[in-house]
Amino acid sequence: MKNIKIRRLSKEKLNKPALHRPQASIESMHKYRTDMYEGMIAETVVVRGHGGTNINAYFARPLGPGPFPGVVLIHHAPGWDEWYRETTRKFAHHGYLAVSPNIYYPFGQGAPEDVAAKVRAAGGVPDDDVVGDIAESLSYLKSLPQSNGKAGLFGTCSGGRQVFLVACRTKGFDAAVDCWGGRVVMSKQELTAKYPVAPIDYTKDLSCPLLGLFGEEDQFPTPQQVEQHEQELKKYGKTYEFHMYPKAGHGFFYYDRAAYRQEQAVDGWNKLFAFFEKYLGTTD
Amino acid sequence: MCTGIVENAKVSGSGKGPDGWYPLDQASVSYDHPDHAQSGRAIIIDFLNEAVGPKARIAVELTPESARNLVHAILASLSRGEGEGVRAKDEPPQ
Repeated sequence: MKNIKIRRLSKEKLNKPALHRPQASIESMHKYRTDMYEGMIAETVVVRGHGGTNINAYFARPLGPGPFPGVVLIHHAPGWDEWYRETTRKFAHHGYLAVSPNIYYPFGQGAPEDVAAKVRAAGGVPDDDVVGDIAESLSYLKSLPQSNGKAGLFGTCSGGRQVFLVACRTKGFDAAVDCWGGRVVMSKQELTAKYPVAPIDYTKDLSCPLLGLFGEEDQFPTPQQVEQHEQELKKYGKTYEFHMYPKAGHGFFYYDRAAYRQEQAVDGWNKLFAFFEKYLGTTD
Repeated sequence: MCTGIVENAKVSGSGKGPDGWYPLDQASVSYDHPDHAQSGRAIIIDFLNEAVGPKARIAVELTPESARNLVHAILASLSRGEGEGVRAKDEPPQ
């Protein structure tokens, strides 16, 4: 990280955000050595969804008895796609029981982008359904004999918004990471039967520490909306870290899209794993 | 759904996908982050058939500027084919 500076919003006044260089290096996050054994298993499983239904999920875990912390991943608007499978395995590689439920399951099966298009046309997944799905996945993780009893929540894009929503409306998560979730702040005109309450209005109920990663060039959410969200978190004395990356927009982790920003993504992943390690613990 | 901006239109016609032609019954027009287009935001148009399922989809992702060009081209073609009475809603009346 030589060329970018990051505003750590949570430590400074909003009008005078601090600029600092990230301290963690990518090396510090990998505790593996070339002479260590490493293994994982990753497969599609069936888990319970909202309302007692069954949905499919992608589950990846390190081999071994654990105990391991868990992470539930909420996929992004483009669907339950390859990037989310890879990211699920990435969490397992870092020592987490990781499950990514297919919250688009009720909309039918097919190529991820085609299912996502159907969901888009339908106006999205109802917030209540998502909360139910993720709560069930949390129960699944914590029921596993390898669980250390702690679990985090991760999501990007619409999944980032849903991370915050779920972290406010459920209990049992120990840390949550919202990556550029748009529409946490919503106008009254944006509210629908599926999205009846703006997530920001649940802030007082946030049940665990929150990490937010955002891009300064993003329009969904805008930096102003992120600041508004932060004001609300401060108002209720919540534990959080927000980082606003310059020269990055929406989805800067996505190596397969034009939005990818290498330096910001590497730093963001480092911050994310440091955050989870702090609140969830690992077996390393 | 990052933006939540979607407009749906009932349509009649046919579309050709990987499995050949099929009847269309809906066009979903979104302003959102594209899957493939090299643009931060795009107009995404999905021509769908609800009865057939997710695979019945013809998708385009257009930069906002090119989407405007397409709108004008469609209206111009309609105007030439069906008369001057066809115009965009946002055009001032003559």
